[in-house]
Amino acid sequence: MAEILKFYNEEQLCGTIKWAASAKEPLEVIGGCSKPGLGRPISTNYRLDLSGLTQIDSYQPDELVLSLGAGVTLVEIRTLLKQNRQELAFEPPDYSSLMGISTKTATIGGVISCNFSGPRRIKAGAARDHILGIRGISGRGEIFKSGGTVVKNVTGYDLSKLLAGSYGTLSAITNLCVRVLPAAETTSTLLLLGLNDADAIDALGYAARTSYEPSGLAHLPRELALHCNVPDAATPSTSVTAIRIEGPPESVTDRIHSLQKTYSHFHTTLLCEESSRTFWQEIRDVIPFSKMLNRVVWRLSVPPSAGAKVVAEIKRHVSCEAFYDWGGGLIWLALDPKETAESNHIRNTLKTHGGHALLVRARADIRRQTSVFQPQPSALHALSTRIKDSFDPLRILNPGKMYKDI
Amino acid sequence: MRLPEPNKSVIAKKPHIVAALRSVVQDENVIEDPEALKPYECDGLSAYRQLPLAVVLPETTDQVSAILKYCDAEGINVVPRGAGTSLSGGALPLADGVLLSLGKFNRILDIDYANRCVIAQPGVTNLAITNAVETEGFYYAPDPSSQIACTIGGNVAENSGGVHCLKYGLTTNNLLCVELVLMNGEVVRVGGKQFDSEGYDILGLITGSEGLLGVITEVTVRILRRPETAQAMLIGFSSNEDAGACVASVIGSGIIPAGMEMMDKLAIHAADDFCSPGYPRDVEALLIVELDGPSAEVTELTARVQSIAECSHAKSISISSSESERQQFWTGRKAAFPAVGRISPDYYCMDGTIPRSHLARVLSRMNELSSEYGLRIANVFHAGDGNLHPLILYDANKPGHLERAEQLGADILRLCVEVGGVLTGEHGVGIEKRDLMGIMFNDSDLNQQQRVKCAFDPDGRLNPGKVFPTLHRCAELGRIHIHGGQIPFPDLPRF
Ligand SMILES: Cc1cc2nc3c(=O)[nH]c(=O)nc-3n(C[C@H](O)[C@H](O)[C@H](O)COP(=O)(O)OP(=O)(O)OC[C@H]3O[C@@H](n4cnc5c(N)ncnc54)[C@H](O)[C@@H]3O)c2cc1C
Repeated sequence: MAEILKFYNEEQLCGTIKWAASAKEPLEVIGGCSKPGLGRPISTNYRLDLSGLTQIDSYQPDELVLSLGAGVTLVEIRTLLKQNRQELAFEPPDYSSLMGISTKTATIGGVISCNFSGPRRIKAGAARDHILGIRGISGRGEIFKSGGTVVKNVTGYDLSKLLAGSYGTLSAITNLCVRVLPAAETTSTLLLLGLNDADAIDALGYAARTSYEPSGLAHLPRELALHCNVPDAATPSTSVTAIRIEGPPESVTDRIHSLQKTYSHFHTTLLCEESSRTFWQEIRDVIPFSKMLNRVVWRLSVPPSAGAKVVAEIKRHVSCEAFYDWGGGLIWLALDPKETAESNHIRNTLKTHGGHALLVRARADIRRQTSVFQPQPSALHALSTRIKDSFDPLRILNPGKMYKDI
Repeated sequence: MRLPEPNKSVIAKKPHIVAALRSVVQDENVIEDPEALKPYECDGLSAYRQLPLAVVLPETTDQVSAILKYCDAEGINVVPRGAGTSLSGGALPLADGVLLSLGKFNRILDIDYANRCVIAQPGVTNLAITNAVETEGFYYAPDPSSQIACTIGGNVAENSGGVHCLKYGLTTNNLLCVELVLMNGEVVRVGGKQFDSEGYDILGLITGSEGLLGVITEVTVRILRRPETAQAMLIGFSSNEDAGACVASVIGSGIIPAGMEMMDKLAIHAADDFCSPGYPRDVEALLIVELDGPSAEVTELTARVQSIAECSHAKSISISSSESERQQFWTGRKAAFPAVGRISPDYYCMDGTIPRSHLARVLSRMNELSSEYGLRIANVFHAGDGNLHPLILYDANKPGHLERAEQLGADILRLCVEVGGVLTGEHGVGIEKRDLMGIMFNDSDLNQQQRVKCAFDPDGRLNPGKVFPTLHRCAELGRIHIHGGQIPFPDLPRF
């Protein structure tokens, strides 16, 4: 078992990484440990816990910026921003229930390290789009910063983009400056009932191409809609195809009316305010799959219009459940762990349609045998390896977490 | 401005190099004659000029790859160039370098409405993308003022913005995929039509890398449905403080306008004289606020902004009542640079960003600097995101004027960083702000950036002399200083 070292400030952490570099001692870096078992299994003698970096350096509502330590939890951030009716617009998800963890410990550093974004990704951008500045410690034990505290900045390379989605393999992130935005005043969700996957993705694609600015486009087939904790969504016992509209009240009413007219040939129902919010939280946190803990879960990012086709092709080879977010662009798949060849089928399907797949939840032995991240063409992989070298030449930080040599 | 010492032996080999390039592309796509090279001697930062060794205009990715591979092997520097509108000298040629122009990469390859994206070659202009999808009611959101001329490849390299990026983001937020040729000739694709790219976010890193990491040969961008309506407001104020306070209140109230631009008196008058947009002339500061989206929303938000403006002591408010009036409101802002060009022989455009709350303070300090240096400053800027464009008026024919303008510019940028801002919001570092990088970044920050550069271009052949104040060898940067010793902090909590 790895020994866990918990850090409360940057100097301690920097000293430890410097030591590890000289001793060639690999380290596992974790935030709130809300996603254990994500990535390739690695074993190290030490695990660095950054959840003690909890300081809020500054929060300026009028400037729409928040600077904070990487260990601040999402729960805390939400509470803080709510006081000024603001939020992180990319809807950071919390996968703790999906991963079978009961406490809500996800930290901002952890979410950014994985570049995970919620349903509003389609309108507001991804986690990586909301970072204004970042501080980190490289595998060389050197503190560096990139970016700043203002929205518009092209001074030097944008290293924050690289660190976002690097799963802690490039640097230990210590501080972040993120953009916050006004929270929507009202939210409503139009549910289209009873559509099959293909028709649903078409309907969502249509909505995405209107000027109604939908901020959530998801589809749950019947068997998963039944698991929904929103009564209105679960009771019809049909599939539900959801279109979320947010904004000032007059505008939301108006756009919902227009959508109702557009989709008047379908059975529809409306989720308002609290039930709309709960519904999208469940989509965001992948709640439909949090109740099937024995199943293996994949996350596929594909061209949105291909969503239903990708799932239909995979289903031809393996039995699985699937639901869609991002208008079809994000697919969550749950499979029986006995389907050992599933990754080949998934990856072959993506070869034709484009996109990539991440194995999010599986036993360690499965994650050891399967490529957890999308295998890369050789030139791209060689470049990624050189990028790893440029931050962590000795392979100190989360070695092997993404790819064998990265 | 210091550029790397040209390598005389490379210059001496010019005939060989030209012949080698001609073995890759058609003869007429290599330019070597000094007269014909003249149009390439500078970019939008025209105070700096340098003829390149030769210009090459490849037409395919394979040709780009062959050229880079050859130059890498022969130790020849390469400077990529789009339309040459950079305002920071990013595309300034090198005497011993090949200028690689993407001018022939001018086709749109795919318009995919189902996935709301367009695939274009890098030499396609920014506006051409919008033009190509307009009939179906779509557009490409980032809209630099240079959009008729600048290329989408240049936009990616500079991470360009425009007046609408307050709501819709910069290039980086609207980009899905690029094909990139590395200096060693390898071709990589990062991203796709899906929302997120996998592995390290190389797409995000490339954006704004100013031609130092690779040559972009294909670009996929997200397109958006045109908003149902748009309405613009002109709000005049009797002081910069009032205008600044109004900007803060609008944002603070939870409204993100599509655009929020500010002009000071000198700029207002210059613009009004130039194209008569009907700006109020008796105000010190003018805000142009645009709201767009579903009509019900625009009506509601316009009313809210109006009442905020009234509370912020606005002297005059006019709201566009038709599309043509909206366009007219913008003509003055859009023509502000040429308009200022008419009242001064030369002007120098700066591009710092500051936290919005320091707007009034920075403007008044800039006025002091202006009198200290004896040079006028006209201010036109993206107020919503604090991105300033002070235009320093000078006369290049007067000895010492250019240098004075540059020093004043550097002082303004120092001021921006002092109040918590940055050196450049959208125009890039290039050669212009290269030597000021130390104000914002320490050695450790800059070394890490240069190590990343080493992962792409270990010999530093691509666009050398730009962005980084000092060039280090990759071997030197890669060296690790081992300290040794015991695990520190034995008193850390352990579990
Ligand atoms: C009047 C005027 C108004 C402007 N307004 C704005 C504005 O509102 N917002 C804004 O952001 N900018 C503005 N600019 C600046 C400029 O237009 C942008 O930076 C633009 O993106 C440059 O594009 P370009 O094609 O001209 O690139 P170039 O000037 O040719 O090159 C710019 C940089 O990109 C690199 N590069 C170009 N193409 C490639 C490629 N295919 N692969 C790799 N590297 C490449 C070059 O090496 C260079 O470093 C303005 C400029 C002018 C003259």
